[in-house]
Amino acid sequence: MTSSDDFNLKCPVPIDDQERIGLAHGGGGRAMNRLLERLIVPAFDNPHLAARHDGAVLDLGTARIAMSTDSYVVRPMFFPGGDIGKLAVYGTANDVAMCGARPRYLSVGLVLEEGTPIATLERVVESIRTAAARAGVQIVTGDTKVVDRGKGDQIFINTTGVGSIEHERSILPSSVRPGDAVLLSGDIGRHGMAIMAVREGLAFESEIESDCAPLAGMVLGMLEDGIDVHCLRDCTRGGVVSALVEIAQAAHCDIQIEECAVPVRADVAAACEIFGLDPLYVANEGRFVAFVPADQADRALAILRRDPAGADAALLGLVGKSGHGRVTLRSALSTTRILDMLNGEQLPRIC
Amino acid sequence: MKYVDEYRDPDRVRKIAAGIAGMATRPWTIMEVCGGQTHSIVRFGLDELLPRTVELVHGPGCPVCVTPLELIDKALAIAARPDVIFCSFGDMLRVPGSHADLFSVKARGGDVRILYSPLDALKVALENPERQVVFFAVGFETTAPANALAVVQAQRAGLKNFSLLVSHVRVPPAIEAILSSKENRVQGFLAAGHVCTVMGYEEYFDLCRRFRTPIVVTGFEPVDILQGISLCVQQLEQGRHAVENQYSRVVRREGSLEGRALIEQVFEVTDRAWRGIGIIPNSGYRVAPSFASFDAEQRFDVGEIRAEECADCLSGLVLQGVKKPTQCPAFGGRCTPETPLGATMVSTEGACAAYYQYKRHQSEATP
Repeated sequence: MTSSDDFNLKCPVPIDDQERIGLAHGGGGRAMNRLLERLIVPAFDNPHLAARHDGAVLDLGTARIAMSTDSYVVRPMFFPGGDIGKLAVYGTANDVAMCGARPRYLSVGLVLEEGTPIATLERVVESIRTAAARAGVQIVTGDTKVVDRGKGDQIFINTTGVGSIEHERSILPSSVRPGDAVLLSGDIGRHGMAIMAVREGLAFESEIESDCAPLAGMVLGMLEDGIDVHCLRDCTRGGVVSALVEIAQAAHCDIQIEECAVPVRADVAAACEIFGLDPLYVANEGRFVAFVPADQADRALAILRRDPAGADAALLGLVGKSGHGRVTLRSALSTTRILDMLNGEQLPRIC
Repeated sequence: MKYVDEYRDPDRVRKIAAGIAGMATRPWTIMEVCGGQTHSIVRFGLDELLPRTVELVHGPGCPVCVTPLELIDKALAIAARPDVIFCSFGDMLRVPGSHADLFSVKARGGDVRILYSPLDALKVALENPERQVVFFAVGFETTAPANALAVVQAQRAGLKNFSLLVSHVRVPPAIEAILSSKENRVQGFLAAGHVCTVMGYEEYFDLCRRFRTPIVVTGFEPVDILQGISLCVQQLEQGRHAVENQYSRVVRREGSLEGRALIEQVFEVTDRAWRGIGIIPNSGYRVAPSFASFDAEQRFDVGEIRAEECADCLSGLVLQGVKKPTQCPAFGGRCTPETPLGATMVSTEGACAAYYQYKRHQSEATP
């Protein structure tokens, strides 16, 4: 390191108007993105991080791999259709898959609160084991820490995933092209509403189950069939809209989607109405958007629909010719509105 | 989804819109009072379906937006106390006070909780007898009965640790204030269906007659709103003024007698300041003297808190329908949902936030 480098250390820009971390900084919306852009990305300045993808694609000389990490703090820990353990496996494996990689290995770091029942941990570990088997990943290293009672919330999990890339494509926002078809792998909003229904103690006629599912099978299916996949993103926090806006802004393209094409199950739509939430912003744990050439869209959809998690896969819309990084929605009434990233969590309205 | 899909049916919506276009021979300005209606209009793009002659202006009917800065500051002061659990509807948490919002009070260690009902706050009070539980009772007449019920139940249960910080506002005095203003250009009103579900619409006959202005009680789905507009335009074209009820599947003339009785029991009518507008006589509710021990303002001695509004924010004019959000120089620049100057940019029902979220491109296209 030269002396000029020594004195060129960038001081991370302070987060402008907020003095402290608020929940919005973890909400997957604009506040979180600003935190990343102003503090995290400049601090560790490198091209992998700057690509702002779900994971990093690394060239090791003889092989290309994808690596991603995620932490899981979901409450309640057990919910219809899943639990924190299953989420910790699929979530990270899915982020690896969004790089176009085959998820192979996972680390599991456990932060346990003093006093947590061993039986609870056993249940979570068993769930991790089952999910790893289904996702085709091996848990190869890990860590366990215990914090004082009151300093955690029973079980937090961090997982890091590594996957192998078996093709030459670069699956990134910058690969998105005008005219690309935007595909969505299934019906949306189930995970967020399942969690919400449990948290708020609401019972609906039919129980809404999380969509929590491994996605690598669908991704690899498309790649193996020769689909020229341009970009992938899972629609977790912030929902479909956040995923699309992130890509539109990173790729400097406009995206228009059709409201009528968005698959939402009737019970999920009803629950969203009750809470005053828009399903397009509700979290999913087993859904992704894929950008592919329009003339390959039908073939790609057929591949997605072969997977149980992809039964309702749909063509959402198209990438426009010019690009301001804007996502718009054409409603059933043929009117148009902007879909913007949220600032923090969607907040239930008063009335 | 039954009871929703039929009121969003594109064919029906287009038919009503075409009917309005065929009917309107002159320019008309109609105000939808309720923020929920504003939200629907911009979310579904209903204004795009109307002829140019019919202009919608967005009224002061977002309770989050009109809650005065002073009261937000009081909420922040109470919420920051270590002995308090402060409970609120979700969208109040992001509304900026003079120096902070409830989210940042929470980040600093305040116990601030999002609830869906004041009755949940009662439960919190029962479970935490050593703490004071305060519910931020915000809203129009719509939310007042449930808040009143919470107080009645708290009294019945002998709870000493439950109180309301009340910021209730009433619609009819606001309509009167708008119609009395020299700058008024509103020629017809869509009254808020939810408010009328509770209060009925008898209060509007006098306003309608005195100001010779059509008032149509209107629902919230696209078909509702366009039917409301259609009824309003029809009256204006025919030179009539009457109170009509588009939302008859929900609203009765007398409203909910049980709800009204609860309001009368627990609250009393008072003058109230509206953020960005000022004091409107008789436009609010406060806790009645017989329930004074449930009034958080009295319990926590925050009466001396005073606050100044931001001078650059035009939200007052937006709330009165004099200006559109996009006509504010701060809109989308210095004032965004992340850095709101006024509350109309905070709540999703606020006209500025709704424009920012759904219609920003219009202001960008015409700088």
